[in-house]
Amino acid sequence: MHEMSIALAVVDQVDGAARPAGATAVRSVRLQVGELAGVVPDALTFSFQLACAGTVLEGAELDIEPVPARARCGACARTWLPGMPPRLTCPGCGGTDTELLSGRELQIVRVCWHDTAPHPPISQEC
Amino acid sequence: MCRVVDLQQAVLAKNDACAHTLREDLAARGTALVNLLSSPGSGKTALLERELTLARDRGVPVAALTADLATENDAVRLARSGVPVKQILTDGLCHLEAEMLGGHLHDWLPAEARLLFIENVGNLVCPASYDLGETLRVVLASVTEGEDKPLKYPTAFGLAHLVVVTKTDIAEAVSFDEEEFRANVERVNPGVEVHLTSVRQGIGEGVLLDRALAARDGAPVHIPVMTRTSHHVHDESEPQPQDEHSADLDTVASSRS
Ligand SMILES: Nc1nc2c(ncn2[C@@H]2O[C@H](COP(=O)(O)OP(=O)(O)O)[C@@H](O)[C@H]2O)c(=O)[nH]1
Ligand SMILES: [Mg+2]
Ligand SMILES: [Zn+2]
Ligand SMILES: [Zn+2]
Ligand SMILES: [Zn+2]
Repeated sequence: MHEMSIALAVVDQVDGAARPAGATAVRSVRLQVGELAGVVPDALTFSFQLACAGTVLEGAELDIEPVPARARCGACARTWLPGMPPRLTCPGCGGTDTELLSGRELQIVRVCWHDTAPHPPISQEC
Repeated sequence: MCRVVDLQQAVLAKNDACAHTLREDLAARGTALVNLLSSPGSGKTALLERELTLARDRGVPVAALTADLATENDAVRLARSGVPVKQILTDGLCHLEAEMLGGHLHDWLPAEARLLFIENVGNLVCPASYDLGETLRVVLASVTEGEDKPLKYPTAFGLAHLVVVTKTDIAEAVSFDEEEFRANVERVNPGVEVHLTSVRQGIGEGVLLDRALAARDGAPVHIPVMTRTSHHVHDESEPQPQDEHSADLDTVASSRS
């Protein structure tokens, strides 16, 4: 499985953004995962915990936002949900000039981190 | 303080950037990369050995690099063609990444090579996510693997520039239904070409080499729907009631595990 490689890439990018900004502990990472991204969310969550060990992300939560696939026909403008396995020919006119509106996302969207040490007495939830 | 930061970074951005650089560096020296993906045992090495031999016979300079978890057997087989071959041992990693590949090329790739074939690690899941800087991505499936392989591995087949069916000499013995296979490919990757091959019977000889050379010389390469992604920003106020589920009767029962 390549979810470990994906998790390491996430940790690397978050670490690269967080530490120069003075972060002392990353609390959570929100990730969009498209239905057609070729990534298994459970495997990614598991790998993420391992990949965070010993980094500023240690103990961080991975918050996965699933993104369904959506497609649009260039010929008749119909939009549809391709489903899984995806149907990427138009269910209306049978056309093959399809545009994928969403479903391939694999994107870090938001990160929460603490940027002062030690932690303030009243910690805000993020 | 807990700070919320909108990062907006593609997870594979680093690989994609490396792949982009590699593609440009290779193009500048007149080399196009061909990435071969399939399950273990589909016949990547056998087909590649045949096509490399053909290239050598025709005097077309090519090279090949094969990635495997452990043994060097495939490199030994490919080297019989007489073209430059290199083995990469991935030491357990189930796919190649662009940066890793680049590191293996810089002091090895012969300057005159017009094509560089990469036999990726045998696996239809993980390698699909990694652009290696290829001009042509070829996905293989043997007739013994079942007609529904494209539906089980939609990302791999959905991102292929070319699909190759192997071992057609035994198609009858395993009741391979070519029409059904083609329909399944079309469903996940409308418009992609599907070619039949057999190294035992010499079927489809040269098809891989010819397509690769054409792509290298600038012939248009198929653009899979999965790569035709929109840059349309989702507007929450936009009505989307016309979305229809495409769950056909035969696929209503979800096969996800
Ligand atoms: N009958 C038949 N067997 C083939 C053909 N191509 C490959 N094979 C056999 O399939 C097995 C796996 O082939 P190989 O090239 O090692 O597959 P790879 O793992 O994808 O590289 C070997 O035993 C080959 O001899 C073919 O065209 N016809
Ligand atoms: Mg092989
Ligand atoms: Zn994987
Ligand atoms: Zn894997
Ligand atoms: Zn249509």
